[in-house]
Amino acid sequence: MKIHEYQAKSVLARFGVPVPRGEVAFSAVEAGEIARRLGGSVVVVKAQIHAGGRGKGGGVKLAKSPDEAEQVAKQMIGMTLVTHQTGPEGRTVSRVLIEEGLQIERELYVSVLVDRAAACPVVIASAAGGMDIEEVAAKEPQKILREYVDRGTGIIPFQARKLAFGMGLEGGAAQKLVKLLDGVYRAFIETDATLIEVNPLILTKGGDLLALDAKVSFDDNAVFRHPDLRELRDLGEEDPLEVEASKFSLNYIRLDGNIGCMVNGAGLAMATMDIIKLAGGEPANFLDVGGGANAEQIRNAFKILMSDKHVRAVLINIFGGILRCDVLAQGVIAAVTELGVPVPIVIRMEGTNVEEGKRMLKESGLNFTTADSMGEAAQTVVALAGAR
Amino acid sequence: MQGLTGREGTFHARQAAAYGTTVVGGVTPGKGGTVHEGWPIFDTVHDAMRETGANATVIFVPPPFASDAIMEAADAGIPLAVCITEGIPVVDMLRALTFMEGKPMRLVGPNCPGVISAGKAKAGIIPGHICREGRIGIVSKSGTLTYEAIHQLTRVGMGQTTCIGIGGDPLIGTSFIDALRLFVGDPETDAVVMIGEIGGSAEEDAAAFIGRGFRKPVVGFIAGQTAPPGRRMGHAGAIIAGGKGTAAEKMAALGAAGVHVVKSPADMGAKMREVLG
Repeated sequence: MKIHEYQAKSVLARFGVPVPRGEVAFSAVEAGEIARRLGGSVVVVKAQIHAGGRGKGGGVKLAKSPDEAEQVAKQMIGMTLVTHQTGPEGRTVSRVLIEEGLQIERELYVSVLVDRAAACPVVIASAAGGMDIEEVAAKEPQKILREYVDRGTGIIPFQARKLAFGMGLEGGAAQKLVKLLDGVYRAFIETDATLIEVNPLILTKGGDLLALDAKVSFDDNAVFRHPDLRELRDLGEEDPLEVEASKFSLNYIRLDGNIGCMVNGAGLAMATMDIIKLAGGEPANFLDVGGGANAEQIRNAFKILMSDKHVRAVLINIFGGILRCDVLAQGVIAAVTELGVPVPIVIRMEGTNVEEGKRMLKESGLNFTTADSMGEAAQTVVALAGAR
Repeated sequence: MQGLTGREGTFHARQAAAYGTTVVGGVTPGKGGTVHEGWPIFDTVHDAMRETGANATVIFVPPPFASDAIMEAADAGIPLAVCITEGIPVVDMLRALTFMEGKPMRLVGPNCPGVISAGKAKAGIIPGHICREGRIGIVSKSGTLTYEAIHQLTRVGMGQTTCIGIGGDPLIGTSFIDALRLFVGDPETDAVVMIGEIGGSAEEDAAAFIGRGFRKPVVGFIAGQTAPPGRRMGHAGAIIAGGKGTAAEKMAALGAAGVHVVKSPADMGAKMREVLG
């Protein structure tokens, strides 16, 4: 689960991580008021969307007075912001963060995530802050510093010092980093985050370290035990169909193509997308109905699938292990009868009770095309989608 | 079986027993001393092992409690635990893997279909009726794609020795390399089908291992060749992040290590037939 920058900063602040003073505004008037409260000669107005690269897209601007902050916010709220992470359609800005302006001496980078191979958390730091860290990693890997964290001890001060000195921090600033990293690491573990990234972490001319920008994502599997964090979810940032699907515990991701897919199991669902592409088509979605899907789930899945107006044909690919093919057939027949699906449906099913399932589909009188293998199913559905 | 008294646990205990697995009992805290479907239920894994001599456990415990169940199994000293549970928080798995260090238990999963020895027994949920006894091993991150591979092999007349679903989570107990090592030591396995997914670097690590002298032929497939970056494809581990973990990289690494990589998931069985002649 992703959250906004201002929310990420408030989470970090709870763990003692210094962040700039600032507040979120949902209207231009609010933005002006916040700027007035903050005082100082300059404030920063930052569009809040779940995507990076905002600065280049015009989503981060300076304002030299509260009135100017209000003007900037007025332009920003409601605008469609396009960055390299939003896709060409961009995102509509509905809230802005108003923050104090700071005198920046240096821009650094720190993040915490789990290293899968080492099966432990890793703290990553770099003196090359404010840049795309993946680019730094690719071009100048020696600038990326790593400390693997023992789950029992948490990040130990000497590890944090190594990172501090490695980034060229001295004395007091190094000590501040030790404290800051302790907070970031505790936030990571205690909120069940999958990623905390502070980029840039700034050293001010006054010698303070602050998280100038922050990105926090939470483990979807752990959100159940953080009701306060669940409140931070912004459904406006998510695809409405995906939100709808999640209500039925369906794993649905909308894509650009025109062939709707319904599959059981994440791996098989990905493989089905792959084989459609190999056959010359484009999948409209990823949809995993899960291993134990019942007729009701199949019906819900169909509804979601058919709400995407780009879908020209549907491929159902089910390997019935636990899920029996006759149950699947029953669900598909019921859903198609009820919803009146106006596009061709290709069904490939295999496994438990497959003969019974095929017989039911045939006798339903509905217009299904059945296929005996994944390859055949993909070619058939691509042909049908193209023919329309 | 931990969680045997639940709906899933009961169903799969029956299936496993019907396939030939010696299911000796279950563990459900608070239900110790009762009998469920003819199986004795114990409060703790320790009790169950002492009373039944169980040498493996299959875990069907709901996600919030599953890491606890894994650690209990490890503490009891059971040699093998297969965790089917999907949706365990990463932080819980970090704790469980740390706890398991130095203990002799092998963990398979979580979020996996488990292990089946074709024609003999199974620890998990892989449907037995699609398997045939033979000489091919399978190791896979994905459940239904494992079934697909089994089915394709069976269709081209090639049976299986052991099929291992290692799971699609970011943190798992048994890696591709662990499974490949087991196949090295298994004289009954002539060749291996390896099925990976986008995300992480386990496939690249496996490629390096194979390149260092894994002598049995391997047919490989990577799911998610068309997946967009930054989106989690169902499995918690299946995500292309920061341009890393793409199918293209994994396929290239496996290919360079001598693995017979197929682009289409429909070609796994046919490719194995071709490779073994």
